[in-house]
Amino acid sequence: MTTTDIGARTGADALPPALHSEAAIKARTRQASGRFRPKALIPILYIVFLLLPIYWLVNMSFKTNTEILSSFTLIPANPTLRNYEVIFTDPSWYMGYVNSIIYVVMNMVISVAVALPAAYAFSRYRFLGDKHLFFWLLTNRMAPPAVFALPFFQLYSAFGLIDTHIAVALAHCLFNVPLAVWILEGFMSGVPKEIDETAYIDGYSFPRFFFKIFMPLIASGIGVAAFFCFMFSWVELLIARTLTVTDAKPISAIMTRTVSASGMDWGVLAAAGVLTIIPGAIVIWFVRNYIAKGFALGRV
Amino acid sequence: MLELDDVSRSVGGETHISDVSLTLARGSLNVLLGPTLAGKTSLMRLMAGLDQPTAGRIRMDGADVTGVPVRRRNVAMVYQQFINYPAMTVYENIASPMHLKGIGKAEIDAAVRRAATLLKLEPYLDRTPLNLSGGQQQRTAIARALVKNADLVLLDEPLANLDYKLREELREELPRIFAQTGAIFVYATTEPHEALLLGGTTITLSQGRVTQVGPTADVYRRPADLLTARTFSDPPLNVLSLEKRGGVFASTSGFRVAVPQRFAALQDGPWQIGIRPHALRPWSGRPEATRLKGRVVLSEVTGSQSFLHVDWDETRLVALLRGVHRVEAGDPIELEFEPDDMLVFSPDGRAAQACASTPLAA
Repeated sequence: MTTTDIGARTGADALPPALHSEAAIKARTRQASGRFRPKALIPILYIVFLLLPIYWLVNMSFKTNTEILSSFTLIPANPTLRNYEVIFTDPSWYMGYVNSIIYVVMNMVISVAVALPAAYAFSRYRFLGDKHLFFWLLTNRMAPPAVFALPFFQLYSAFGLIDTHIAVALAHCLFNVPLAVWILEGFMSGVPKEIDETAYIDGYSFPRFFFKIFMPLIASGIGVAAFFCFMFSWVELLIARTLTVTDAKPISAIMTRTVSASGMDWGVLAAAGVLTIIPGAIVIWFVRNYIAKGFALGRV
Repeated sequence: MLELDDVSRSVGGETHISDVSLTLARGSLNVLLGPTLAGKTSLMRLMAGLDQPTAGRIRMDGADVTGVPVRRRNVAMVYQQFINYPAMTVYENIASPMHLKGIGKAEIDAAVRRAATLLKLEPYLDRTPLNLSGGQQQRTAIARALVKNADLVLLDEPLANLDYKLREELREELPRIFAQTGAIFVYATTEPHEALLLGGTTITLSQGRVTQVGPTADVYRRPADLLTARTFSDPPLNVLSLEKRGGVFASTSGFRVAVPQRFAALQDGPWQIGIRPHALRPWSGRPEATRLKGRVVLSEVTGSQSFLHVDWDETRLVALLRGVHRVEAGDPIELEFEPDDMLVFSPDGRAAQACASTPLAA
């Protein structure tokens, strides 16, 4: 013990005090500058890698098919709007967007309307097996949609619902209702129960209380729930394609069938991709603040 | 008149309220006093009709209202947390109970403005509650309760979350504001001095039971049992276990205090003596006073008062002394009290009857 003690002391004393501190400062600056660079680099790289495919998609959508296939250009050499023109003039293209929007909106409305009372029950009442039921709801999301494709197809054709918008909207509810319940329950539990009671004491009936007092308080939760329903329903391909033929065919299904007699139309496909991203981007822009709130509540 | 008849409520095998019988007159001010978890809120919820009793009946003006939902009773309630409708302005908040009753616009407007003036809310009528301070939020809730003109007004520790000055102000105003409406006014609090300042009738609660009902000053001066005395004492009541031997109460260690005249007829034997902290004073040397010699454990000075925690004869005493007394921990100290300030309880906690004529069961 004594030897190590002495050794440590002589080691520290060997350096003159001035040099000692200078070395320390140098070490510190080296450390600081060394830490600084990768810190900034990582997010930059991350964003570049994220945006690169999107940039390439936008880039392609303004090119002609010959340019896409023959050369590598970072910026379109002969920018063209022909690809977009094709989509906006051909009903078999643009009806895909219309169909998608119809069943997505239907699904959002149904999911939120069904989830609101369910979430209220879960957040305000204790009943036998409430926790298990809540968990069971969530487990519905754990199975991949492919599992449900065949039973849904059988069931919906038995009821003659194949190739209708409502079929897709209802099928997506299986995934979206549990999610909406989960999100809304979090927001509702953030509202003190005393507000409900005060409303009853003041003489509000339940429906009046729910629509006039309660819904405004969880408006952001409703927004976030609707957003997540939108996102799932908008990008989901398998079930939507299985349940539709022509009348309600979604854009994502149309995009998988662009091989025509003249070969693959790359430019139109890229333009369709860009147009598919836009609605999602717009919705995210509107609900971005609410989503942050949802994260703060531990949901989403 | 609100009558509770042997009302009990238990939830999941746990008794929250047991066998409470009360009669509250119209226009009366009633203070529910008890520590947290004593059942104040549970009892208020039963009175309001938010919860239903598991046993017993509740009658309002003679009509049985047990099981009648709260919507169909004319009650108002203010919670400890500031509960308003965040999506509405202060004006709409105050107006909302009248709106639901279908009262005309002009009448509502007049009532809202009157209440706002009374509670100093006029400048904030167009704001939403969350943009107000805590005191203003609570006054909004009180204004909403006021305009409703309810038969029963329940205030559940309404001032507990407010700052000191506002609390003083509102405590003074509240009973006055509601007295004009002729409602049954129930005010829950954990603080004994708040009950004393409010006056009226005090109902002391302990573990879901009513321990005593009576005019506030009477309950304070003559608690019916040790539980009530403890509830109604802040800082906590000092309790000495002494034995009566003829004309003195004595401890095993040799401490003796003369039995006051009014307790002279008590049986010899063990008694519990309650001494309120403010009844203890520094020893003055007067022969009528009784001296306690102890050792200071902790002293806290709060501006004009000093709290001394004193070890005396294996008992921890708290003394509330006027003025600043700087005493180091471990210092010996001599305190005194007047034998007349003693509260005397039997070993099972019942108050000894002060009048000598009544024979006593020990």
